[in-house]
Amino acid sequence: MASPESAVNGPTMTAGAASKSLRNAFGGVIAFIILVLIGVLAFSIRLFSVIKYESVIHEFDPYFNYRVTQFLSKNGIYDFWNWFDDRTWYPLGRVIGGTVYPGLTLTAGTIWKVVNSLNIPLSVETVCVFTAPIFSAFASWAAYLLTKEVKGPGAGLTAAALLAMVPSYISRSVAGSYDNEAVAIFALVFTFYLYIKTLNTGSLFYATLNALAYFYMVCSWGGYTFIINLIPMHVLLCIVTGRYSSRLYIAYAPLVVLGTLLASLVPVVGFNAVLTSEHFASFLVFIIIHVVALAYYIKGILSPKMFKVAVTLVVSVGLAVCCAVIAILIAVVASSPTKGWSGRSLTLLDPTYASKYIPIIASVSEHQPPTWPSYFMDINVLAFLVPAGIIACFMPLTDSSSFVILYIVTSVYFSGVMVRLMLVLAPAACILSGIALSEAFNVLTRSIKFQLPGIAGNPSIASEENGSSTVVAPNDIPKTEEAAKEKPAKKNRKKEKENVEKKPTPSKTEKRLLVLPLEASVIAVLLLVLLGAFYVVHCVWAAAEAYSAPSIVLTSHSNDGGLHVFDDFREAYSWLSHNTDVDDKVASWWDYGYQTTAMANRTVLVDNNTWNNTHIATVGTAMSSPEKQAWEIFHSLDVKYVLVVFGGVVGYPSDDINKFLWMVRIGGGVFPHIKEPDYLRDGQYRIDAQATPTMLNCLMYKLSYFRFVETDGKGFDRVRRTEIGKKHFKLTHFEEVFTTHHWMVRIYKLKPQRNRIRGKTKKSKSSRSVSSKRDVRGKRNPWH
Amino acid sequence: MGRSSTVKETQALFQSLRSAYAATPNNLKIIDVYVGFAVLTAVIQVVYMAVVGSFPFNSFLSGVLSCIGTAVLAVCLRIQVNKDNKEFKDVAPERAFADFILCNLVLHLVIMNFMG
Repeated sequence: MASPESAVNGPTMTAGAASKSLRNAFGGVIAFIILVLIGVLAFSIRLFSVIKYESVIHEFDPYFNYRVTQFLSKNGIYDFWNWFDDRTWYPLGRVIGGTVYPGLTLTAGTIWKVVNSLNIPLSVETVCVFTAPIFSAFASWAAYLLTKEVKGPGAGLTAAALLAMVPSYISRSVAGSYDNEAVAIFALVFTFYLYIKTLNTGSLFYATLNALAYFYMVCSWGGYTFIINLIPMHVLLCIVTGRYSSRLYIAYAPLVVLGTLLASLVPVVGFNAVLTSEHFASFLVFIIIHVVALAYYIKGILSPKMFKVAVTLVVSVGLAVCCAVIAILIAVVASSPTKGWSGRSLTLLDPTYASKYIPIIASVSEHQPPTWPSYFMDINVLAFLVPAGIIACFMPLTDSSSFVILYIVTSVYFSGVMVRLMLVLAPAACILSGIALSEAFNVLTRSIKFQLPGIAGNPSIASEENGSSTVVAPNDIPKTEEAAKEKPAKKNRKKEKENVEKKPTPSKTEKRLLVLPLEASVIAVLLLVLLGAFYVVHCVWAAAEAYSAPSIVLTSHSNDGGLHVFDDFREAYSWLSHNTDVDDKVASWWDYGYQTTAMANRTVLVDNNTWNNTHIATVGTAMSSPEKQAWEIFHSLDVKYVLVVFGGVVGYPSDDINKFLWMVRIGGGVFPHIKEPDYLRDGQYRIDAQATPTMLNCLMYKLSYFRFVETDGKGFDRVRRTEIGKKHFKLTHFEEVFTTHHWMVRIYKLKPQRNRIRGKTKKSKSSRSVSSKRDVRGKRNPWH
Repeated sequence: MGRSSTVKETQALFQSLRSAYAATPNNLKIIDVYVGFAVLTAVIQVVYMAVVGSFPFNSFLSGVLSCIGTAVLAVCLRIQVNKDNKEFKDVAPERAFADFILCNLVLHLVIMNFMG
């Protein structure tokens, strides 16, 4: 680590200073070149999906963001703020301006506008696809700045290189993954960097920048609550461990005031910035830091005796006031059923909350806890470099290194609750691993340098104690033990001082002798480089094979090595957009809502925003009911077409039959006549001949397996690996209008109501009145 | 006996506080008066809200937070300008004041936007 040392003494000062400044300049240029290369690496490692498939938007959520960006680029920002979308959540609609985090779309919209005004004709889709790789390059540079503030430029470069490649971050920011996290991780690391910079320098300028970066983070992602809870936790930690300083006050207090104001500016957050429990920690610590600042100030201007009197007075009076205020606060918070926390935040604090109370949150696959192998897959080698980094942060422990330790501990806990939050763990793991690797290289290269013949000169000995303290520690331990034992005795104080003074001089000479052996250091350096190579290989493999699938286009390799492409989703959406009216409503499970609205341009009932549980439960009930009841439900919602995804012909495992139990649970959560045990035989979910009659008669079964027996004559479902139960049946209330090439998406139309009632009049009328009476006395199905 | 000694101690405490505070330089006292004024304005606004009701809640929030914000920023300025603070001895008071002005600009821009 090249730190500029002005303490070079003697007649060699000018020559030494000149060579040092030249070395520093050289080091600066190399650091700059390395940073540019890291940016290029971060950008290019995320391009695998564009190369392997095409420049297409992936997954589900990015399609919504893409549609919003299209609207923004076409209609301008005022229409965007006031946009009420009637093409989704029919018949409720959705207020886009007030429920979307605008950071991502505004960023991409700005980039598109700037680029087009420079006459570079990039389409909105291209800008959207490549926003994520660009911002991941920025995030690596922000990680460099942050780690440089904590430890130094060497650690910074290592951390930046690690973050450019870490698979967990790649998975959410690959080219085409146009989602909030693409810009949010950059905003997160940058906000933390500015906070640490303000903490280290105490400058109000950086405090302002910190508040503005926090504003950008609030605009981008709901995970901003992590920042506004982590920073107060860190401030509290500093106060409690006696590290309070006026720089801490300057770093924290303006951030709270400006940050709360800026957060309330964003329409999604609004008054939640002051009313919800997620922000109360910041206000509490705001009050605490003022009390502590006042205490320190009074301590500074009073004599110690007077200060003791002040303390007793304040404690007796203040305690009573405090108790009253806290009692009021607790009463206010406890009066709300969720204690003021939102459902998602409660899931983070109590991992079992969602499965008990909110099945929708529990059903999202991203919200499941991660498995142990996913840690190694996602952060690979960093998983065991992080503890080494934590130890390196403790020598010496500064404000900034204590912040990084707190960051890693909290993010490890949260990543254990939801697999989606492994993404927040990634920057922390990279920072700490960068610190660990940099310190290790420090020690090893210094060992090599001391033992190379004729190189070890005197000035090198007086360099930083950090790296060499690990080497010096074994011999110093007996000395520090003596010093510790002699502390209480007053007459031994002089001896202890002598001891402490004696410590540096013998240790200086001992430092030269306590380095690691030359061969061991060289081998260790080579092994560390090999470790880095394994990491790089794994990251590139993960980026190319595991995380680059757009999931809207599937591929498989046939027996002779050829590539077979399944483009059924886009086939179905384009059929919808070409063969139906613009105002036709399409019903499907909520997973496909965003894609249907964006690509097929049709109104849907429910989509991935999942803000209205009852509406989703209505669709779930319809899918779980027999044909007639389902027709009634859909007809009452003006639905014309129903879309189901079926993977039985090709073996696609994420189809609607596999998700069907969630539909039953969510529907049953709101409409009690849907009961999950009705669909299970002996607690097992089956669709073969042993399935329950309710299962074999429900709409989802019928729509998925209609005419399925015609494919192979036996009706063998490749995903469930059995033959289906009911093979030959006709649909009475729906008609099939389209099935894609590999039978993956099937679209049905609701048959219109019959004009006249066929058959015998009196007998059928009486039978119908009897059946309707039976229904009324029965399960209270709300559509009859 | 206990109570009179407590009262005497409290009086001695306030005396020493007053004498110690009187020793602070004038520019810091001006900043302290400004901070006190800002906090007093915030308190007045809260009392008014308690009497009248909080209907345009964003206006109330922006008013109170602007007062508290300027108070906090003035305290930060005082910390940086105070000659007894050894951590800030190489920061020129003009630089501290410029930072203070910048931060206030941003704060009031946000306030104007939020007041509605």
